[in-house]
Amino acid sequence: MAMFRQCPDSGLFFHKSAESLMKAHAVLGVVYLLIGGVLGLLVALTRMPSLHVLNAEDFYLALSIHGTAILIFWIIFFEMAVLYFAASTLLRCRPATPGIGWIGFLLMVIGSTLVMVAFFRGNSSVMFTSYVPMPAEPIFYLGLILFAVGALIGCFIFLGTLVIAKKENTYDGSIPLVTFGALTATVIAIFTIASGAVILIPTLLWSLGFINHIDPLMYRTIWWALGHSSQQINVSAHVAIWYAIAAIIFGAKPMSEKVSRTAFLLYILFLQLASAHHILADPGVSSTWKVFNTSYAMYLAVLASMIHGLTVPGCIEIAQRKKGFNNGLFEWLQKAPWANPVFSGMFISLIIFGFIGGITGVVMGTEQINLIIHNTIFVPGHFHATVAVGTTLAFMAITYFLIPVLFRRQLIWPNACKWQPYIFGGGMLILSLLLLGAGTLGVPRRHWDINFSDAALQFQYAGTAITMMGIAGLGGLMAAVGGAMFCLIAVGSLVFGKRLDPGASLFSSFGFPMAASCYNIERPGKLELAPIEQTGDSGVQAKGTFVLALVFLASFVVYFFINAKYLSSIWPMG
Amino acid sequence: MQRNDNQSATQGDEPIPPMQQLLDNPFMLVFIGVLFPTVFYILWGIMEIISIPAVK
Repeated sequence: MAMFRQCPDSGLFFHKSAESLMKAHAVLGVVYLLIGGVLGLLVALTRMPSLHVLNAEDFYLALSIHGTAILIFWIIFFEMAVLYFAASTLLRCRPATPGIGWIGFLLMVIGSTLVMVAFFRGNSSVMFTSYVPMPAEPIFYLGLILFAVGALIGCFIFLGTLVIAKKENTYDGSIPLVTFGALTATVIAIFTIASGAVILIPTLLWSLGFINHIDPLMYRTIWWALGHSSQQINVSAHVAIWYAIAAIIFGAKPMSEKVSRTAFLLYILFLQLASAHHILADPGVSSTWKVFNTSYAMYLAVLASMIHGLTVPGCIEIAQRKKGFNNGLFEWLQKAPWANPVFSGMFISLIIFGFIGGITGVVMGTEQINLIIHNTIFVPGHFHATVAVGTTLAFMAITYFLIPVLFRRQLIWPNACKWQPYIFGGGMLILSLLLLGAGTLGVPRRHWDINFSDAALQFQYAGTAITMMGIAGLGGLMAAVGGAMFCLIAVGSLVFGKRLDPGASLFSSFGFPMAASCYNIERPGKLELAPIEQTGDSGVQAKGTFVLALVFLASFVVYFFINAKYLSSIWPMG
Repeated sequence: MQRNDNQSATQGDEPIPPMQQLLDNPFMLVFIGVLFPTVFYILWGIMEIISIPAVK
């Protein structure tokens, strides 16, 4: 029975069941992006000292929903879509047990809905971290557990699909690099979800009264194996998307698959250990544990990110130079399709993730320097550069590719599509930089009112810090406009976009299969290996990328030195 | 998207290098990807926390 269709524009093959699962997960992801984005705007406007729009209770409710909806639900729903795409579509293979895939999806929907209900009932404003002994309603923990089980099912279906592809011989050689990146995300997801189960199941029992006490430090340590590692799933997934977009837009081939795969292996081994940087100010664990996990081991994961940060633009440069863009160091970049949101979104994601998110992540992962910025708003400044720009913008960029290819709808509002990555990325850049600055001046995170207007003991932050928080709010507003544009374009295209295939009905935009006549291929041809090319001189060919890498390293050294100098001035020795 | 598995250059008559065998085995990657952080982050961290003397 014919179950595959081939996209006439991209040549990609989509299996009927996998396609529906991809669509359903991606659409739910965008729903949570919208919810989290609206609440994020309210948080940003409240933290603007001049506006301060929400009262304290509503602020912590909004912050809890914003963090959970974006950092968990939007990201993981979309990542599940990426896993089905990377396994079934890229390997030209039927998905393993699609029926169980729908059960997993249903558990994720029920779980995330329970968490939202718990939030809106008003008794679970425990924020994304939900530290004990601060209690939430039992349905909050139950919802997270159900969501995690659903996601875990998706991970095992991904692995099962790899087994089927191997057994049915749908590809030659090794799995493609993009699929390998998705496999890396899956491995990290399995560790992350298992850690979540280890700590959230006892916490659920505690909230029901079956357990009297949960040690806060034990909770924090294990919880961060969930909380931070979940963001490492994002890193692996968005790096895989960078490689995919480089191949889609430019036909670029990795400079060295061996090196890129080894870098993903470093992620598998070491990336999750960076969770320890959240515990750097806690007294209960030794410096040896802290330094090993956040420095020695984490630096190997940082090395992997720097490899990807070099090889993705490097392979684009080589592809562009082959097309004749050979003048100077940067003609290849200048002549890149900056009006195409698939490229611009990906490249902005790569640059801001590396220069802002990457450098600040390493700096705050250093035990001594961490003391300057621990629990300040520097930390949200860092993760808005990594997750909001690095991951979210990469996911937005691939969505512009998937709407015509997967959903078979033409994008509406081409001019808005062109500008959206710049507005969202620009707003997030302003927000991140200003939060990093204010955090360095000591402004705390998760704080409703840094003016302490009702406090018995007054404290006044430097005027510069107050100004920075105000400008950061404007950046948040600009990013919210960019995020709203994306949601309108995505949903508008699915509903009103011109059909590129007569079988693409309104229902098929939201997870139902397209008309039966669309699926006319029983088994796609085998995925063949491309001819092997001599790539030994790639490093020499990518001169512009090499210069960008030197600028990155110089920025890294200067920023590290500034922070070390700042530490010496506020913590004099001797 | 076109594929270009440089690493597969060794396939054919030549034996597959151990590193490529590792990278081609998703279940081994799952095993080591769970083992490393479980040992270095979780178990080591828990051992340190439970070794803190209780308040008397």
